[in-house]
Amino acid sequence: MRYWMPLGIFVVWFTLATFGSLLPLMPDHIELSRILAAPGHGAWLGYDDLGRPLWDRLVEGARISFFVSVLVVLISLVIGTIIGAITAYAGGWLDHVIVRIIDIFLAFPGLLLAIALAGLMGPGLNNVVIALSVIGWVGFARLTRAQVMALKNRDHIHAAVALGAGRPRIILRHLLPLVSAPLIVEATFAVASVVIAEAGLSFLGLGIQPPDPSWGSMIREGTRYMLVAPHMVLVPGIALMLVVLSVNLLGDRLRDWMDVKAR
Amino acid sequence: MLNFLFSRLASAAIVILGVSCLVFLLIHLVPGDPIEVMLGETSQAADREALRHALELDLPVHIQLIHYLQGLLHLDLGTSLHSKRPIMDLLLERIPATLELAIAGLFIAIIIAFPLGIIAAIRKDTLWDGSAMTFSLLGISIPNFWMGPLLILVFSLWLGWFPVSGRSGTASLVLPALTLGTALAAILSRMIRASLLEVLNEDYIRTARAKGLSEGVVILHHAMRNALLPVITLMGLQLGVLLGGAVITEIVFSWPGIGQLTIEAIQRRDYPVVQACVLLISTAYVIVNTLTDVVYAGLDPRIHLFGDT
Repeated sequence: MRYWMPLGIFVVWFTLATFGSLLPLMPDHIELSRILAAPGHGAWLGYDDLGRPLWDRLVEGARISFFVSVLVVLISLVIGTIIGAITAYAGGWLDHVIVRIIDIFLAFPGLLLAIALAGLMGPGLNNVVIALSVIGWVGFARLTRAQVMALKNRDHIHAAVALGAGRPRIILRHLLPLVSAPLIVEATFAVASVVIAEAGLSFLGLGIQPPDPSWGSMIREGTRYMLVAPHMVLVPGIALMLVVLSVNLLGDRLRDWMDVKAR
Repeated sequence: MLNFLFSRLASAAIVILGVSCLVFLLIHLVPGDPIEVMLGETSQAADREALRHALELDLPVHIQLIHYLQGLLHLDLGTSLHSKRPIMDLLLERIPATLELAIAGLFIAIIIAFPLGIIAAIRKDTLWDGSAMTFSLLGISIPNFWMGPLLILVFSLWLGWFPVSGRSGTASLVLPALTLGTALAAILSRMIRASLLEVLNEDYIRTARAKGLSEGVVILHHAMRNALLPVITLMGLQLGVLLGGAVITEIVFSWPGIGQLTIEAIQRRDYPVVQACVLLISTAYVIVNTLTDVVYAGLDPRIHLFGDT
């Protein structure tokens, strides 16, 4: 019961993101007579300040947030895991240098580095993905490094070395499978934080550019009309919160489920 | 202890140097010619060359970097392209507002998180625990840029208790501080709960209870003091989240701090100011974390990282 609701929300998000384009949506269609119209008959989420239907924009925004977060997490996961595994297994000066680089990236709190990167590279979907991947790989690299460090002196690794297995084979076949469970959990939580980060950049005007809708830019547009049309802030905000909440809850469940010792 | 202090300071210095280099390189990420982006396409060639020379972008990169770092040593961050004023002055004007917001946010976070975390730990697996942790999960899932507008909607527009935005008196501080504070409280209360639960199983807690001490004394004097150690490290780390989140919160509430300056500078393509703001925020973060580590080592008598010879 406890994870049916988050799972349901996640499935709705995923479905709207992948199959939303099949719906007859008109996110940029302007209907002047319904500017700022509240949710009601005919359009159950209302209209925005330009007379565009919020439901259509919400679905379009779901697609953007879904694909940005999946893409960013995949890129970060692959790069971070490779760097983390190699540095931990190789050790020595390479490890020292990489750890310093990770420390330097961690010195930029929160979204700061992504804000600076997106701001300087200019707004747009591609630059958002680049900026968020630049800060995203660090978490995976650190996690993989810590896990591989703990595992690399296990008996089965020594056995593989004794059998003459090469380094790539040991990392790929003998280390990474053991690291995959915590990485998958971390990736789940990363999806939630990238959804917030993308919306945050778009809220600041550094992400998705108009007229394309992002939940973040929808919230920003809504803040100007809060007194007359609070639904403009509430609709994208509730969607964002539900998605982030359910992904976080699923991550929690996944962690409990994968923790074999606690089961 | 002295060794630990030196090694910690040295590694902080290396990180700050690395951060400075990275921030320096940011301007070279601007697509195309940064001078053209800053001045606009209609600018005169002579103006461009003048600015290129003023920003030293006509020099080799390593010379630029050395000059940049030399400037930093003298606390010279260059001049704003927009207002033509020294960037240091701009920063100094904005620092008090951000500091005020950060301290108020931290204060609110502590007020909320400690009672919540302690109650959740003492009443583990009850409705108290459940609702405290639900609140915490909500706090983690609601971003600043939605929490802020929600608070404005309820407390400024509907109830009319606090001003919508700006920085004029204590009343205007409440909502931005609440926005920052609740986000931090959400993470902090989880940490306090986990840390307290771990400590409550220790032998010395059983001893304290066996002595017949009241539950309040056991929790506050025996358990909390020990549970606080990991929480202090987390608070240092979370102060960074506070500083990072302050950028967005300052925009939501038009709070005239460093975060707002950063975004304004990005919009005006005033890149030297962007660099300076990013450098200031991350340096502050590194310094706070280093101090936290040192305080931690000072508080925990079990830590002898290097002096154990």
